[in-house]
Amino acid sequence: MIPLEWYLALSAALFCIGIYGVLSRRNAISILMGIELMLNAANINLVAFGRYLHPNQLTGQVFAVFVLTVAAAEAAVGLAIIISVYRNREQLNVDEIDLMKG
Amino acid sequence: MPHIHIPDLNTLIHMITLRHLAFMVMAGVVLGSAALVVTVKNIFHSLLFLALSFLGVSGVYFLLSADFLAAVQVLVYIGAIIILMMFALMLTHRVMSTSLRQVTHQWPFAAFAALGIFGVLIRVVIFSPWKYQLQPQQPTTGIIGQALLTRYVLPFELASIVLLMAMVGAIVLAKEDKSDDSA
Repeated sequence: MIPLEWYLALSAALFCIGIYGVLSRRNAISILMGIELMLNAANINLVAFGRYLHPNQLTGQVFAVFVLTVAAAEAAVGLAIIISVYRNREQLNVDEIDLMKG
Repeated sequence: MPHIHIPDLNTLIHMITLRHLAFMVMAGVVLGSAALVVTVKNIFHSLLFLALSFLGVSGVYFLLSADFLAAVQVLVYIGAIIILMMFALMLTHRVMSTSLRQVTHQWPFAAFAALGIFGVLIRVVIFSPWKYQLQPQQPTTGIIGQALLTRYVLPFELASIVLLMAMVGAIVLAKEDKSDDSA
């Protein structure tokens, strides 16, 4: 039997890789990829907790399904914003899209 | 300070089964390709490694006997989100060139913050007294379907509204504005 801690450690590592990607990348699409990694880490945690702490209720898996839904919606809207920004500014590097910086 | 039980090497080797090996392989795939996602210079390659990482997460779901979620992970993430990102990447291909710098100047701080959060999370994982016992689990697809249409029917309908709004919003945002040709 795999200890619960292994799953939690895997998810913590995946989450931190995602944080690094979000904070360090310049391209907006790469930042979205980092966010997807973080959402996946959260999903692993939800499913692992559901499996080990409340095995026959499946609450964790149902929540993971909802997270997945929101992730799909977020990707669609985020990519639409990115395409719109690219059309107006010919630019996707977030450190150069600083129109609101004053 | 809670007591941590550390087994000696011999019992550790006896404890390791095929399941543990499968977990290690999956975790290696997930973490290795995720690390490549955030470090590789070519964004297209980074997207392909993201697909590999999602596949590894689907394998982790199988190990957790979440068969429905594992299938949905492949369908939604690899089948939909990766393809969507690929389209966006190709529409904005001019910024894809590998000669451009891909990380901001603040990347050492980003690495420091990520490592700090990792340390905190690992500390919590190790020093929390988890109480659990693992029971065999029957296939989950039918149970999830029943739960979604009885106990979670309101969030389920709300999720469909969220998807509809996201779809309309994405179309409105990405639509070309033809009204002001002078601009």
